[in-house]
Amino acid sequence: MAGKTRTVTTFFNDSQYRGILFQILLAVGLVLFGKWLMDNTLQNLANQGKSLGFDFLTSTAGFQIIPTLGTWLFDYEVGVSTYLDVYFIGIVNTFVVAILGIVAATVLGFTIGIMRLSDNLVFRGFATIYIELLRNIPLLLQLFFWYFAVLRAMPGKRDRIELIDGVIGLNITGLYLPAPMADADFIYSVFAVLVALGITLAVRRYAIKRQADTGQALPMFWIGLGIMTILPMIVFYASGSPLEWSLPEFKDTGPKLRQGYQDGAGMLLVPEMLSVWLALSLYTAAFIAEIVRAGILAVNRGQTEASYALGLRPNITLRLVIIPQAMRVIIPPLTSQYLNLTKNSSLAVAIAYPELVSVFAGTALNQVGKEIEMIFMMMMVYLTFSLLTAAFMNWFNSRVKLVER
Amino acid sequence: MTKETQRQSEAGVPVAFVRREDAPLLPPPPSQAGLVGWLYKNIFASMSDFGSIGAAVKSVLMAGLTVILLYFLATQFYGLLDFALFSAVWSDPDGVKREACWTVEQGGALPAGWHAACWPYIAAKAKFIFYGAYPEDQLWRVNFAYVVGAVMLVWVMIERLPYRKPVGLLLLTAYPVLATVLLTGGGFGLSATTVGIYTILGLAAITFGRLGKLGRITGPLADLAQIAGVAGWVLIFLAAILVLVGVDFNLPAVDTRDWGGLLITLVVAITGIVASLPLGIVLALGRRSEMPVARFLSTVFIEFWRGVPLITVLFMASVMLPLFMPEGVNFDMLLRALIGVTLFSAAYMAEVVRGGLQAIDKGQYEGADAVGLSYWQSMRLVILPQALTHVIPGIVNTFIGLFKDTALVSIVGIFDLLGAAQSTLADPAWSTPVQGITGYLVVGMLFFIFCFGMSRYSMYMERKLSRGHKR
Repeated sequence: MAGKTRTVTTFFNDSQYRGILFQILLAVGLVLFGKWLMDNTLQNLANQGKSLGFDFLTSTAGFQIIPTLGTWLFDYEVGVSTYLDVYFIGIVNTFVVAILGIVAATVLGFTIGIMRLSDNLVFRGFATIYIELLRNIPLLLQLFFWYFAVLRAMPGKRDRIELIDGVIGLNITGLYLPAPMADADFIYSVFAVLVALGITLAVRRYAIKRQADTGQALPMFWIGLGIMTILPMIVFYASGSPLEWSLPEFKDTGPKLRQGYQDGAGMLLVPEMLSVWLALSLYTAAFIAEIVRAGILAVNRGQTEASYALGLRPNITLRLVIIPQAMRVIIPPLTSQYLNLTKNSSLAVAIAYPELVSVFAGTALNQVGKEIEMIFMMMMVYLTFSLLTAAFMNWFNSRVKLVER
Repeated sequence: MTKETQRQSEAGVPVAFVRREDAPLLPPPPSQAGLVGWLYKNIFASMSDFGSIGAAVKSVLMAGLTVILLYFLATQFYGLLDFALFSAVWSDPDGVKREACWTVEQGGALPAGWHAACWPYIAAKAKFIFYGAYPEDQLWRVNFAYVVGAVMLVWVMIERLPYRKPVGLLLLTAYPVLATVLLTGGGFGLSATTVGIYTILGLAAITFGRLGKLGRITGPLADLAQIAGVAGWVLIFLAAILVLVGVDFNLPAVDTRDWGGLLITLVVAITGIVASLPLGIVLALGRRSEMPVARFLSTVFIEFWRGVPLITVLFMASVMLPLFMPEGVNFDMLLRALIGVTLFSAAYMAEVVRGGLQAIDKGQYEGADAVGLSYWQSMRLVILPQALTHVIPGIVNTFIGLFKDTALVSIVGIFDLLGAAQSTLADPAWSTPVQGITGYLVVGMLFFIFCFGMSRYSMYMERKLSRGHKR
């Protein structure tokens, strides 16, 4: 009797056993909860006369999508393209605006972040106002502002604002840019760029070796710039300038209905996309600016002083001492800002830019009604991208981590 | 021997002049002090180097950019003031609505090219922007809830006031119940049996816990008694909530569909904030736990919610949640959004808290173990107080993000501050070209005030806390 009590006591007092017991309970509870959810869902679906399955992906979609890179790439046509095409169009449009946004936000963010550290009060003040204003106002409001208050207020269809006469113009239907029209021969110029890149890298290797051996540095920037511009230019002209620009065409004469910008000439960026791009990059730039500032401030002042003491000039110090160390601090949060930007591109649903959420989980979902499958497919895209970024971050962190003693 | 003679003899040559008193203090050079110095240091230092061609080019560039930026800032600032104050239309005495803000070309009385705020439009829509469709004669309930909440919050934040801890505890426990009753009207029906069972079970559990504490219960049940003590209080608390929301206070019920505007924004934000912190702490502890199952589940949960955009979460909550529930159970839209927002921000909160946990020195964990504290005791008494104070800025930043994110509920058809303002733009009675900008200006300002205020408070806390770490 006494022996038995002792065993039970020992069992309960041993944190290891208690842990195992708790975990088993947790797992069982979770499985039961999952089963309950599953049963409910199947029951509800059965009541609504629906079933699970991905057959809908092959049926054709019957709604218009505004012209964007995605619709152009997949040749979208109402009644011909399938829901799978719609899915891919959504993904392409999401990533187009995300990549454009990332580029713009990085450039602007680094500029503002460095301005924030300037000795010049005007620069510093501008950067501070920019950062505080933009990051304390919801992105959705900024998106509405750019779309409804700015771009929807542009001149009407038969009118325009010319940013560069005859080349770039803007009205309520969007921004018109020249479109590059490449011949088949243009491929040689592309090859030439690749070859030039290879040569530059080879020369750079030689330059580094030479500097290590003799202490003599080559003006690598100018050499690289020369190779990278001259070689492709020679090839471009030798192959007969195989690239033409299609300029946007504007008519203000003729029948009233035909006036305005003409289809098929130039490149059109629709206002939906422009406002998403503007809002995302301006908003994210404010966060990137703060990250850059923190990164530069994180480099100990002694580093600059030591570098000067060694006789390095200020711009070399910046390039070889400060920036590499600041980047170590900057890159992890920077990546997570890129991730945020990509996820925030889903806000475009509010102004009907045809990205993934809007076109697939919005319009298509309303037509097909496959809530579970479609939301699952949509979430998988974002989740995959997030996990890939996280994997990259782990790899990067392990590469640049300070070796601690 | 005097000092002079000493020196003379040491050097061998006579010293012509020796200063006998301190030299007068010179004023600092003009380039360093006063207005000029300030201007030089803050503006002209960056553009006064003409030592070389490169430096001269840079100086000229800086000067040009400074002028451009200054001009830009000045015109924007003046433009904003002009738009919002100087040129704005302030009243609509004739009750002509949109025509009060029309220019001559549009058929109104204002000069051509006029472009400024139309405040009568905001005045006419203010009730909707702040309260949504909440019944006019019941607004005192919302205002009363605001006042009580604001007083308690300020009380907790001012450090000189007494009883800050109990007030904070009430703010987190009693206040949500009070606000729910006030806003919805309460009276959800009271089942005396349920309350009775909860109370009796709770009292029994507390007694059991007490006995355990007094040492009357030993052996395997002692641990159980400890848990029962806590669980008992939770049960009593639940019973109290049931009583409060169950009793009919004779307040007319207001459906959440009639809520809107700033009210929704604050409800979503505050619920998210209050609910996500404890959930986030549990998840963070789970992710750092030594139990593989708990760690795995917490990690999956956190990474899932952090990996998807909030919009998709809200879509999921509004479209899929009803499918998960048994037949007949129907959440209202606001509750669905609240669940989505809470789970989403809990994942972010968990990562912030985990950062705090990781920053705690290992010695603290070992010390707590060495004193013989159990896991929960050591967390509650040693680790969490330090970890949470450490990450207060991060927590507040998450709150700010959450507050801004509440604007997204307008996409799933809940009229929050932004959604309400956006929907008033569709009213043709006030349709003018300046309507949109006026509306966005007001909403933007409100959001800015809240978010900027929170960020300042977090910076203040950061400064205050970092003082303790300085050596």
